Amino acid sequence: MKRVQFEHSAVPYLFIAPQIIIIVIFFLWPAAQAIYQSFLLEDAFGLSSQFVWFRNYTDTIVSASWLQAAGFTIVFSTLVTFLSLAIALLLAVKANEVIRGASTYKTLLMWAYAIAPPVAGLMGNLMFNPLIGDLYQGMNALGFDFDHKLDPYDAGFVVVLISVWKQVSVNFIFFLSGLQGIPKGVQEAALMDCKSSFRRFWTITFPLLAPTTFFLMVINITYAFFETFGIIDTTTQGAPGGATTTLVFKVFQDGFRGADIGGSSAQSVVLMLMVLGLTVIQFRFIEKKVHY
Amino acid sequence: MDRTPISTHIILIIGAVFMTLPVWVAFATSTHAPETILREGLQFWPGGHFFETYNEVLFVEGGVMKKVTAMTMLKNSMILGIGFAIGKVIISMLAAYAIVYFRFRLGVPLFWIIFMTLLLPLEVRIIPSYEVVANMGLLDTHTGLIIPLIASATGTFFFRQFFKSVPDELLEAARLDGATAWGFFIDILVPLSKTMIAAILIIMFVVGWNQYLWPLIMTTQEDNYTLVIGIKQIYQVLNEGGELPQFQKAFALTILATLPPVLVVLIFQKWFVKGLVESEK
Repeated sequence: MKRVQFEHSAVPYLFIAPQIIIIVIFFLWPAAQAIYQSFLLEDAFGLSSQFVWFRNYTDTIVSASWLQAAGFTIVFSTLVTFLSLAIALLLAVKANEVIRGASTYKTLLMWAYAIAPPVAGLMGNLMFNPLIGDLYQGMNALGFDFDHKLDPYDAGFVVVLISVWKQVSVNFIFFLSGLQGIPKGVQEAALMDCKSSFRRFWTITFPLLAPTTFFLMVINITYAFFETFGIIDTTTQGAPGGATTTLVFKVFQDGFRGADIGGSSAQSVVLMLMVLGLTVIQFRFIEKKVHY
Repeated sequence: MDRTPISTHIILIIGAVFMTLPVWVAFATSTHAPETILREGLQFWPGGHFFETYNEVLFVEGGVMKKVTAMTMLKNSMILGIGFAIGKVIISMLAAYAIVYFRFRLGVPLFWIIFMTLLLPLEVRIIPSYEVVANMGLLDTHTGLIIPLIASATGTFFFRQFFKSVPDELLEAARLDGATAWGFFIDILVPLSKTMIAAILIIMFVVGWNQYLWPLIMTTQEDNYTLVIGIKQIYQVLNEGGELPQFQKAFALTILATLPPVLVVLIFQKWFVKGLVESEK
């Protein structure tokens, strides 16, 4: 809050009104609808509906397909988060050390940020296409008996690979800016105390990057949960047999394809709670950082 | 003198190739004839069909989809990207101004309402959001496409943070000169925020251009497809099979969907990095 402010009047309401109106109409109202619908069971024609308390929740959440999607989402987001963070951190540390060609490296490593996930998905899909895709043939030539249309692990490999590829650049940008934020004095002192660059990294640089890493973990988990929808929708579409269906993809599938509004809404509400959890963790942490 | 060990360069080169090669291969392959691609697979060097492929994709009806051309989709993507970026900047600057510079009774609760949008990504309210827009008769319109997307919290937080760092003396001085609330905003705060605005515009153009789920569910007519949505159609066409698969056109479309946001990021790289790092804090 500012020490000096304008007097109380109707003016601030005019300034804040556009945003609030849009939020109420397109965020709060639909969210409330989703919660409300999650307690309703519609008949097959959508003509009448009945209040069924938590039945949609109990029905969906114990269903084999939801549990499968939840399991895949957990494994998938862990892999995507870990791999894209690890690759980006390695590249950022190296890009921070280098002097000659530094800006070229940076540009080449960060530009993929601008590519939309579904576009990356289609590119990957084409490269794994059995008719023309060298990656598909390459995997088979290596003796993997690779078929992402039939084998759940191969399909998982494809979506993880594309999702990691798409996310490395964002993480790289944040890690690099975190590294550049470490004061020169600290770096020089570290250089004097510790000859091994490997040890210097783990004992000094990495702890100093912890805030960035933690922040990026939350960002990456959110990415793996939500934004990878575009990648899955343009590669496996959740196949084979739901093996690469994430929770978000399932909400979309059940709601739009299956027209199961109640079940899809219940899943949405569960996702809302997950986002709430992630946000709470994030802000707990930020609070800590302020005290620190 | 550069004393960087050679291993550092090797790692960086591998990284750069990993990030760049797929897009290069997509481009190179898009410039070959469909027969060549089917016979030989992906291509690493550009072929002789660049003009043919891109001309057909961009301008010939019935080339990629039933009737829409990539040119129309390009236009729709531009409208979405620019409309989203400008809308977001205006909405969030106004809201941040109210929050930082005014003391008003509902200030704090309204701030929390804005904060709540962080908890409600589109994916958790897809179907009801679709219903709201459908009931308002906004399906297949630019308004219905852009407005629901522009009211998230990140932009507001970003400008709130920036306004807080503006010295209090500016407002004191402006008030001595008899400036109104609107006058102070337009004549002093907006010019002061120029670089911030530029940084956010660049990020938001890319974010808007790359929207997928929302345009996917709320556009039903091909005329309203953006390039990123066109991708999905290509996917279906390729999966259905039928005639000779037009892989070069699919690749050309991915390149067209990639080029504008990539150019924006490359040209305004400094502002882009600043906007990204600052807005996510």
